[in-house]
Amino acid sequence: MFKKQKIMSDSIKVFSNLSSPLGGQGAFLYILHLADNVLILGQRNSEWTGHGPVLEQDIAITNISLDYLGQARNFYQYAAELYNGFSDDEKQSVDKWLPRLWKDYNRGLEEDDLAFLRDEHQYLNLLLVEVPKGDWAKTVFRQFLFSCFQYYLFQNLQKKSSDQQIAAIADKSLKEISYHLKWSSEWVIRLGDGTDESHRRMNDAVTDLWKYTGELFQPALYEESVFQAFGVAIQEIQESWNKKVDDVFAEALLKVPEQTGNLTGGKAGRHTEHMGYLLAEMQYLQRAYPNSKW
Amino acid sequence: MINEAEIWKFLEDVKDPEIPVISIIDLGIVRSVTINDNAIQVEITPTYSGCPAMDVINMDIRLKLMEHGFRKVQIKQILSPAWTTDWMSEDGKNKLTAYGIAPPNQKQQFCKEEMFQEEAVQCPRCSSFTTELLSQFGSTACKAIYTCKACSETFDYFKCH
Repeated sequence: MFKKQKIMSDSIKVFSNLSSPLGGQGAFLYILHLADNVLILGQRNSEWTGHGPVLEQDIAITNISLDYLGQARNFYQYAAELYNGFSDDEKQSVDKWLPRLWKDYNRGLEEDDLAFLRDEHQYLNLLLVEVPKGDWAKTVFRQFLFSCFQYYLFQNLQKKSSDQQIAAIADKSLKEISYHLKWSSEWVIRLGDGTDESHRRMNDAVTDLWKYTGELFQPALYEESVFQAFGVAIQEIQESWNKKVDDVFAEALLKVPEQTGNLTGGKAGRHTEHMGYLLAEMQYLQRAYPNSKW
Repeated sequence: MINEAEIWKFLEDVKDPEIPVISIIDLGIVRSVTINDNAIQVEITPTYSGCPAMDVINMDIRLKLMEHGFRKVQIKQILSPAWTTDWMSEDGKNKLTAYGIAPPNQKQQFCKEEMFQEEAVQCPRCSSFTTELLSQFGSTACKAIYTCKACSETFDYFKCH
Protein backbone atom coordinates (compact mmCIF):
# COMPACT_ATOMS: atom_id res chain seq x y z
CA MET A 1 0.00 0.00 0.00
CA PHE A 2 1.04 3.58 -0.56
CA LYS A 3 1.84 5.81 2.31
CA LYS A 4 -0.79 8.39 1.62
CA GLN A 5 0.56 11.04 3.95
CA LYS A 6 3.92 11.11 2.22
CA ILE A 7 2.26 11.48 -1.17
CA MET A 8 0.19 14.38 0.08
CA SER A 9 3.07 16.24 1.60
CA ASP A 10 5.32 16.31 -1.45
CA SER A 11 2.66 16.50 -4.12
CA ILE A 12 2.54 20.27 -4.26
CA LYS A 13 5.86 21.10 -5.79
CA VAL A 14 5.59 24.43 -7.44
CA PHE A 15 8.75 26.41 -7.97
CA SER A 16 12.37 25.45 -7.74
CA ASN A 17 15.66 27.29 -8.05
CA LEU A 18 14.10 30.64 -8.71
CA SER A 19 15.74 33.95 -8.11
CA SER A 20 14.43 37.38 -8.92
CA PRO A 21 16.30 39.92 -11.06
CA LEU A 22 14.93 42.52 -8.66
CA GLY A 23 17.27 41.45 -5.88
CA GLY A 24 16.52 40.70 -2.26
CA GLN A 25 14.51 43.10 -0.17
CA GLY A 26 12.67 44.98 -2.94
CA ALA A 27 11.38 41.82 -4.59
CA PHE A 28 10.44 40.17 -1.31
CA LEU A 29 8.45 43.13 0.02
CA TYR A 30 6.74 43.81 -3.29
CA ILE A 31 5.63 40.20 -3.60
CA LEU A 32 4.37 40.26 0.00
CA HIS A 33 2.43 43.44 -0.80
CA LEU A 34 0.76 41.80 -3.83
CA ALA A 35 0.00 38.68 -1.80
CA ASP A 36 -1.34 40.55 1.23
CA ASN A 37 -3.75 42.60 -0.91
CA VAL A 38 -5.50 39.51 -2.21
CA LEU A 39 -5.29 37.47 1.00
CA ILE A 40 -6.90 40.21 3.07
CA LEU A 41 -9.59 41.06 0.51
CA GLY A 42 -10.25 37.34 0.08
CA GLN A 43 -10.72 37.04 3.84
CA ARG A 44 -13.05 40.06 3.92
CA ASN A 45 -15.16 38.82 1.01
CA SER A 46 -15.38 35.34 2.51
CA GLU A 47 -17.32 36.87 5.42
CA TRP A 48 -20.29 36.87 3.02
CA THR A 49 -20.21 33.08 2.67
CA GLY A 50 -23.65 31.91 3.75
CA HIS A 51 -24.80 35.52 4.18
CA GLY A 52 -25.02 36.79 0.57
CA PRO A 53 -28.10 38.79 -0.42
CA VAL A 54 -29.17 36.03 -2.83
CA LEU A 55 -27.73 32.58 -3.45
CA GLU A 56 -26.12 33.43 -6.82
CA GLN A 57 -24.23 36.38 -5.35
CA ASP A 58 -23.24 34.43 -2.26
CA ILE A 59 -21.61 31.97 -4.67
CA ALA A 60 -20.09 34.79 -6.73
CA ILE A 61 -18.35 36.59 -3.87
CA THR A 62 -17.14 33.28 -2.43
CA ASN A 63 -15.70 32.30 -5.80
CA ILE A 64 -13.89 35.62 -6.01
CA SER A 65 -12.41 34.92 -2.57
CA LEU A 66 -11.25 31.55 -3.82
CA ASP A 67 -9.51 33.14 -6.81
CA TYR A 68 -7.76 35.50 -4.39
CA LEU A 69 -6.60 32.70 -2.13
CA GLY A 70 -5.11 31.01 -5.18
CA GLN A 71 -3.35 34.19 -6.27
CA ALA A 72 -2.11 34.78 -2.72
CA ARG A 73 -0.72 31.24 -2.55
CA ASN A 74 1.20 31.74 -5.78
CA PHE A 75 2.77 34.93 -4.46
CA TYR A 76 3.53 33.57 -0.95
CA GLN A 77 5.05 30.40 -2.38
CA TYR A 78 7.28 32.54 -4.56
CA ALA A 79 8.25 34.85 -1.68
CA ALA A 80 9.10 31.86 0.53
CA GLU A 81 11.10 30.22 -2.24
CA LEU A 82 13.06 33.43 -2.81
CA TYR A 83 13.73 33.86 0.89
CA ASN A 84 15.02 30.31 1.28
CA GLY A 85 17.55 31.01 -1.48
CA PHE A 86 18.67 34.37 -0.08
CA SER A 87 22.20 35.13 1.11
CA ASP A 88 22.63 35.84 4.82
CA ASP A 89 22.73 39.58 4.14
CA GLU A 90 19.51 39.46 2.13
CA LYS A 91 17.85 37.41 4.86
CA GLN A 92 18.91 40.00 7.41
CA SER A 93 17.46 42.81 5.28
CA VAL A 94 13.93 41.38 5.42
CA ASP A 95 14.11 39.98 8.94
CA LYS A 96 11.68 42.42 10.48
CA TRP A 97 8.90 41.25 8.13
CA LEU A 98 9.26 37.59 9.10
CA PRO A 99 6.93 35.87 11.55
CA ARG A 100 8.32 35.58 15.07
CA LEU A 101 6.78 32.15 15.72
CA TRP A 102 8.32 30.67 12.58
CA LYS A 103 11.80 31.54 13.81
CA ASP A 104 11.50 28.79 16.44
CA TYR A 105 10.43 26.16 13.91
CA ASN A 106 13.94 25.65 12.55
CA ARG A 107 12.81 24.88 9.03
CA GLY A 108 12.58 26.76 5.72
CA LEU A 109 9.98 29.46 5.22
CA GLU A 110 6.63 28.27 3.81
CA GLU A 111 3.58 29.98 2.34
CA ASP A 112 1.42 29.43 5.42
CA ASP A 113 3.99 31.04 7.73
CA LEU A 114 3.77 34.24 5.71
CA ALA A 115 -0.01 34.15 5.42
CA PHE A 116 -0.93 33.24 8.98
CA LEU A 117 1.87 34.09 11.40
CA ARG A 118 2.94 37.65 10.78
CA ASP A 119 1.92 40.45 13.14
CA GLU A 120 -0.26 43.32 12.02
CA HIS A 121 2.55 45.80 11.24
CA GLN A 122 4.22 43.19 9.01
CA TYR A 123 1.33 43.11 6.53
CA LEU A 124 1.79 45.41 3.53
CA ASN A 125 -1.70 45.49 2.03
CA LEU A 126 -3.65 48.56 0.96
CA LEU A 127 -6.00 50.00 3.57
CA LEU A 128 -8.80 49.71 1.01
CA VAL A 129 -8.87 45.91 1.23
CA GLU A 130 -9.02 45.67 5.03
CA VAL A 131 -11.90 47.98 5.92
CA PRO A 132 -15.08 46.14 6.97
CA LYS A 133 -17.30 44.73 4.26
CA GLY A 134 -20.25 46.98 5.11
CA ASP A 135 -23.43 46.36 3.13
CA TRP A 136 -23.60 44.79 -0.32
CA ALA A 137 -23.16 48.17 -2.01
CA LYS A 138 -19.93 48.83 -0.12
CA THR A 139 -18.64 45.34 -0.83
CA VAL A 140 -19.24 45.52 -4.59
CA PHE A 141 -17.94 49.08 -4.79
CA ARG A 142 -14.69 48.15 -3.03
CA GLN A 143 -14.49 45.14 -5.34
CA PHE A 144 -14.83 47.40 -8.36
CA LEU A 145 -12.17 49.88 -7.17
CA PHE A 146 -9.70 47.12 -6.40
CA SER A 147 -10.39 44.94 -9.47
CA CYS A 148 -10.01 47.97 -11.71
CA PHE A 149 -6.65 48.79 -10.12
CA GLN A 150 -5.47 45.17 -10.19
CA TYR A 151 -6.53 44.83 -13.83
CA TYR A 152 -4.34 47.68 -15.12
CA LEU A 153 -1.47 46.93 -12.75
CA PHE A 154 -1.33 43.25 -13.70
CA GLN A 155 -1.51 44.07 -17.42
CA ASN A 156 1.66 46.09 -16.86
CA LEU A 157 3.31 43.35 -14.81
CA GLN A 158 2.40 40.72 -17.38
CA LYS A 159 3.96 42.72 -20.21
CA LYS A 160 6.86 44.48 -18.51
CA SER A 161 8.03 42.42 -15.55
CA SER A 162 11.60 41.21 -15.95
CA ASP A 163 10.85 38.88 -13.07
CA GLN A 164 9.43 35.87 -14.93
CA GLN A 165 7.52 34.50 -11.99
CA ILE A 166 5.72 37.77 -11.26
CA ALA A 167 4.85 38.01 -14.98
CA ALA A 168 3.54 34.43 -14.95
CA ILE A 169 1.36 34.96 -11.88
CA ALA A 170 0.02 38.18 -13.44
CA ASP A 171 -0.72 36.32 -16.68
CA LYS A 172 -2.58 33.60 -14.81
CA SER A 173 -4.50 36.01 -12.57
CA LEU A 174 -5.62 38.42 -15.30
CA LYS A 175 -8.35 36.18 -16.66
CA GLU A 176 -9.87 35.94 -13.22
CA ILE A 177 -9.46 39.68 -12.61
CA SER A 178 -11.23 40.51 -15.91
CA TYR A 179 -14.20 38.52 -14.75
CA HIS A 180 -14.20 40.20 -11.31
CA LEU A 181 -14.03 43.61 -12.97
CA LYS A 182 -16.94 42.84 -15.25
CA TRP A 183 -19.02 41.45 -12.40
CA SER A 184 -18.32 44.32 -10.00
CA SER A 185 -18.78 47.06 -12.66
CA GLU A 186 -22.20 45.64 -13.46
CA TRP A 187 -23.16 45.67 -9.79
CA VAL A 188 -22.07 49.27 -9.29
CA ILE A 189 -24.23 50.28 -12.26
CA ARG A 190 -27.16 48.09 -11.23
CA LEU A 191 -27.28 49.62 -7.74
CA GLY A 192 -26.23 53.15 -8.68
CA ASP A 193 -28.85 53.36 -11.43
CA GLY A 194 -31.39 51.32 -9.50
CA THR A 195 -33.92 52.31 -6.86
CA ASP A 196 -33.68 55.33 -4.55
CA GLU A 197 -32.58 53.01 -1.78
CA SER A 198 -29.88 51.28 -3.83
CA HIS A 199 -28.64 54.60 -5.19
CA ARG A 200 -28.38 56.03 -1.68
CA ARG A 201 -26.44 53.02 -0.48
CA MET A 202 -24.06 53.14 -3.44
CA ASN A 203 -23.52 56.84 -2.85
CA ASP A 204 -22.70 56.14 0.82
CA ALA A 205 -20.20 53.51 -0.30
CA VAL A 206 -18.50 56.04 -2.57
CA THR A 207 -18.28 58.55 0.29
CA ASP A 208 -16.94 55.92 2.70
CA LEU A 209 -14.31 54.40 0.43
CA TRP A 210 -13.05 57.21 -1.77
CA LYS A 211 -10.51 58.36 0.82
CA TYR A 212 -8.69 55.02 0.50
CA THR A 213 -8.13 55.30 -3.27
CA GLY A 214 -5.24 57.76 -3.05
CA GLU A 215 -3.03 55.05 -1.60
CA LEU A 216 -3.34 53.00 -4.81
CA PHE A 217 -1.23 55.52 -6.67
CA GLN A 218 1.30 56.57 -4.02
CA PRO A 219 4.06 53.99 -4.40
CA ALA A 220 5.89 52.70 -1.33
CA LEU A 221 9.69 52.58 -1.60
CA TYR A 222 9.69 48.91 -2.62
CA GLU A 223 7.10 49.64 -5.31
CA GLU A 224 9.13 52.51 -6.68
CA SER A 225 12.18 50.30 -7.09
CA VAL A 226 10.12 47.59 -8.80
CA PHE A 227 8.31 50.01 -11.11
CA GLN A 228 11.62 51.57 -12.07
CA ALA A 229 13.17 48.19 -12.81
CA PHE A 230 10.19 47.12 -14.95
CA GLY A 231 9.57 50.48 -16.60
CA VAL A 232 6.04 50.66 -15.18
CA ALA A 233 4.59 54.18 -14.97
CA ILE A 234 2.09 54.43 -12.13
CA GLN A 235 0.65 57.60 -13.72
CA GLU A 236 -0.45 55.58 -16.75
CA ILE A 237 -2.16 53.06 -14.52
CA GLN A 238 -3.86 55.89 -12.69
CA GLU A 239 -5.09 57.42 -15.98
CA SER A 240 -6.59 54.12 -17.14
CA TRP A 241 -8.13 53.60 -13.72
CA ASN A 242 -9.63 57.10 -13.70
CA LYS A 243 -11.10 56.61 -17.14
CA LYS A 244 -12.73 53.32 -16.26
CA VAL A 245 -14.09 54.73 -12.99
CA ASP A 246 -15.50 57.75 -14.86
CA ASP A 247 -17.19 55.50 -17.45
CA VAL A 248 -18.79 53.30 -14.82
CA PHE A 249 -19.78 56.26 -12.64
CA ALA A 250 -21.47 57.93 -15.63
CA GLU A 251 -23.62 54.85 -16.23
CA ALA A 252 -24.23 54.37 -12.52
CA LEU A 253 -25.31 58.00 -12.06
CA LEU A 254 -22.60 58.49 -9.45
CA LYS A 255 -20.26 61.43 -8.94
CA VAL A 256 -16.61 61.30 -8.09
CA PRO A 257 -16.57 63.07 -4.73
CA GLU A 258 -14.50 66.12 -3.99
CA GLN A 259 -11.36 64.76 -2.35
CA THR A 260 -12.29 64.41 1.30
CA GLY A 261 -8.96 63.43 2.78
CA ASN A 262 -6.55 60.72 1.86
CA LEU A 263 -5.78 57.81 4.19
CA THR A 264 -2.57 55.88 3.60
CA GLY A 265 -0.14 53.70 5.53
CA GLY A 266 -1.20 50.11 4.86
CA LYS A 267 1.62 49.54 2.39
CA ALA A 268 4.08 50.51 5.12
CA GLY A 269 2.44 48.32 7.76
CA ARG A 270 0.37 51.04 9.46
CA HIS A 271 -3.17 49.73 9.45
CA THR A 272 -6.67 50.76 10.48
CA GLU A 273 -8.15 49.56 13.75
CA HIS A 274 -10.08 46.92 11.78
CA MET A 275 -7.01 44.94 10.77
CA GLY A 276 -6.30 43.39 14.16
CA TYR A 277 -9.78 41.88 14.39
CA LEU A 278 -9.51 40.47 10.90
CA LEU A 279 -6.15 38.85 11.67
CA ALA A 280 -7.36 37.48 15.01
CA GLU A 281 -10.05 35.52 13.19
CA MET A 282 -7.97 34.56 10.17
CA GLN A 283 -4.93 33.44 12.15
CA TYR A 284 -6.77 31.65 14.94
CA LEU A 285 -5.91 28.11 13.93
CA GLN A 286 -2.20 28.62 13.33
CA ARG A 287 -1.88 30.64 16.54
CA ALA A 288 -3.79 28.12 18.66
CA TYR A 289 -2.10 25.07 17.08
CA PRO A 290 1.27 26.33 15.83
CA ASN A 291 2.71 24.54 12.80
CA SER A 292 -0.39 22.36 12.43
CA LYS A 293 -0.91 20.65 9.06
CA TRP A 294 -3.78 18.93 7.33
CA MET B 1 11.88 0.94 -22.07
CA ILE B 2 8.98 3.24 -21.36
CA ASN B 3 8.25 6.12 -23.71
CA GLU B 4 6.42 9.38 -23.20
CA ALA B 5 3.43 8.37 -25.33
CA GLU B 6 2.68 5.58 -22.88
CA ILE B 7 2.75 8.02 -19.95
CA TRP B 8 0.30 10.31 -21.80
CA LYS B 9 -1.91 7.23 -22.26
CA PHE B 10 -1.81 6.47 -18.52
CA LEU B 11 -2.74 10.07 -17.72
CA GLU B 12 -5.98 9.64 -19.71
CA ASP B 13 -7.17 7.61 -16.72
CA VAL B 14 -6.73 10.56 -14.35
CA LYS B 15 -10.12 12.29 -14.16
CA ASP B 16 -11.10 15.79 -13.16
CA PRO B 17 -12.27 15.19 -9.57
CA GLU B 18 -15.07 17.74 -9.95
CA ILE B 19 -16.24 16.60 -13.41
CA PRO B 20 -15.36 12.90 -13.44
CA VAL B 21 -16.40 12.31 -17.08
CA ILE B 22 -13.40 14.15 -18.48
CA SER B 23 -9.73 13.39 -18.03
CA ILE B 24 -6.94 15.83 -17.36
CA ILE B 25 -5.86 15.23 -20.98
CA ASP B 26 -9.33 16.25 -22.22
CA LEU B 27 -9.09 19.35 -20.02
CA GLY B 28 -5.78 20.28 -21.62
CA ILE B 29 -3.95 20.95 -18.38
CA VAL B 30 -1.03 18.57 -19.00
CA ARG B 31 1.64 20.65 -20.74
CA SER B 32 4.49 18.16 -21.02
CA VAL B 33 5.80 14.80 -19.97
CA THR B 34 9.55 14.21 -19.72
CA ILE B 35 11.38 11.03 -18.81
CA ASN B 36 14.89 11.12 -17.39
CA ASP B 37 16.28 7.66 -16.63
CA ASN B 38 13.33 6.34 -14.66
CA ALA B 39 12.16 9.65 -13.22
CA ILE B 40 9.12 11.29 -14.75
CA GLN B 41 8.38 14.99 -14.78
CA VAL B 42 4.84 16.10 -15.55
CA GLU B 43 4.11 19.78 -16.12
CA ILE B 44 0.56 20.88 -15.47
CA THR B 45 -1.12 24.24 -15.62
CA PRO B 46 -3.93 25.22 -13.23
CA THR B 47 -7.38 26.07 -14.55
CA TYR B 48 -8.03 28.76 -11.91
CA SER B 49 -5.52 30.07 -9.35
CA GLY B 50 -7.54 28.86 -6.39
CA CYS B 51 -8.96 25.68 -7.91
CA PRO B 52 -9.06 23.16 -5.04
CA ALA B 53 -9.08 20.31 -7.55
CA MET B 54 -5.45 20.99 -8.48
CA ASP B 55 -4.01 19.49 -5.29
CA VAL B 56 -6.19 16.41 -5.77
CA ILE B 57 -5.14 16.15 -9.42
CA ASN B 58 -1.46 16.30 -8.41
CA MET B 59 -2.00 13.41 -6.04
CA ASP B 60 -4.05 11.42 -8.54
CA ILE B 61 -1.31 11.74 -11.17
CA ARG B 62 1.19 10.47 -8.65
CA LEU B 63 -1.02 7.53 -7.65
CA LYS B 64 -1.81 6.60 -11.24
CA LEU B 65 1.84 6.53 -12.25
CA MET B 66 2.67 4.55 -9.11
CA GLU B 67 0.11 1.96 -10.14
CA HIS B 68 2.17 1.52 -13.29
CA GLY B 69 5.36 1.21 -11.28
CA PHE B 70 6.77 4.73 -11.42
CA ARG B 71 7.80 6.00 -8.04
CA LYS B 72 9.96 8.93 -9.04
CA VAL B 73 7.44 11.48 -10.20
CA GLN B 74 7.90 15.21 -10.14
CA ILE B 75 4.91 17.43 -10.83
CA LYS B 76 5.60 20.98 -11.77
CA GLN B 77 3.04 23.76 -11.94
CA ILE B 78 3.32 26.08 -14.93
CA LEU B 79 1.40 29.36 -14.69
CA SER B 80 2.28 30.95 -18.00
CA PRO B 81 1.04 30.74 -20.69
CA ALA B 82 -2.15 30.62 -18.69
CA TRP B 83 -4.55 27.75 -19.30
CA THR B 84 -7.37 28.45 -21.69
CA THR B 85 -10.53 26.47 -22.43
CA ASP B 86 -9.35 26.41 -26.07
CA TRP B 87 -6.91 23.70 -24.95
CA MET B 88 -9.81 21.44 -24.09
CA SER B 89 -10.18 18.57 -26.59
CA GLU B 90 -13.19 18.20 -28.88
CA ASP B 91 -13.69 14.80 -27.34
CA GLY B 92 -13.72 16.43 -23.90
CA LYS B 93 -16.31 18.99 -25.03
CA ASN B 94 -18.56 16.22 -26.34
CA LYS B 95 -18.27 14.36 -23.06
CA LEU B 96 -19.23 17.50 -21.15
CA THR B 97 -22.36 17.97 -23.29
CA ALA B 98 -23.37 14.34 -22.78
CA TYR B 99 -22.91 14.86 -19.04
CA GLY B 100 -25.29 17.86 -19.09
CA ILE B 101 -22.69 20.65 -18.90
CA ALA B 102 -22.54 23.13 -21.77
CA PRO B 103 -18.94 23.13 -23.08
CA PRO B 104 -16.96 26.38 -23.32
CA ASN B 105 -17.42 28.56 -26.39
CA GLN B 106 -14.43 29.43 -28.53
CA LYS B 107 -12.18 32.06 -27.05
CA GLN B 108 -13.04 34.73 -29.66
CA GLN B 109 -16.13 35.26 -27.55
CA PHE B 110 -14.06 35.39 -24.37
CA CYS B 111 -15.87 37.53 -21.87
CA LYS B 112 -13.62 40.54 -21.44
CA GLU B 113 -14.23 43.24 -18.89
CA GLU B 114 -16.89 44.85 -21.11
CA MET B 115 -20.13 44.97 -19.23
CA PHE B 116 -23.53 43.40 -19.78
CA GLN B 117 -22.46 41.19 -22.66
CA GLU B 118 -23.77 37.68 -22.66
CA GLU B 119 -22.56 34.72 -24.58
CA ALA B 120 -24.81 32.58 -26.74
CA VAL B 121 -24.68 29.33 -24.84
CA GLN B 122 -26.31 26.23 -26.25
CA CYS B 123 -28.50 24.11 -23.98
CA PRO B 124 -26.86 20.68 -23.52
CA ARG B 125 -30.29 19.05 -23.22
CA CYS B 126 -32.31 20.36 -26.19
CA SER B 127 -29.60 22.25 -28.15
CA SER B 128 -31.59 25.49 -28.14
CA PHE B 129 -29.70 28.78 -28.13
CA THR B 130 -32.51 30.66 -26.38
CA THR B 131 -30.82 30.43 -23.03
CA GLU B 132 -30.31 32.99 -20.32
CA LEU B 133 -27.56 33.67 -17.81
CA LEU B 134 -28.76 32.93 -14.30
CA SER B 135 -25.50 33.42 -12.41
CA GLN B 136 -21.99 34.39 -13.51
CA PHE B 137 -20.57 32.01 -10.91
CA GLY B 138 -21.60 28.42 -10.29
CA SER B 139 -20.79 25.33 -8.26
CA THR B 140 -17.09 25.60 -9.10
CA ALA B 141 -14.84 28.47 -10.20
CA CYS B 142 -14.92 27.25 -13.81
CA LYS B 143 -18.69 27.24 -14.27
CA ALA B 144 -21.60 29.67 -14.67
CA ILE B 145 -25.31 28.80 -14.42
CA TYR B 146 -27.70 29.20 -17.36
CA THR B 147 -31.31 28.36 -17.87
CA CYS B 148 -32.91 27.22 -21.14
CA LYS B 149 -36.07 29.04 -22.17
CA ALA B 150 -37.02 26.32 -24.66
CA CYS B 151 -36.95 23.27 -22.40
CA SER B 152 -36.70 24.95 -18.96
CA GLU B 153 -33.54 23.03 -18.09
CA THR B 154 -31.16 24.84 -15.71
CA PHE B 155 -27.61 23.83 -16.49
CA ASP B 156 -23.94 24.50 -15.82
CA TYR B 157 -21.87 26.24 -18.48
CA PHE B 158 -18.12 25.65 -18.48
CA LYS B 159 -17.04 29.31 -18.88
CA CYS B 160 -14.65 30.18 -21.65
CA HIS B 161 -11.46 31.29 -19.97
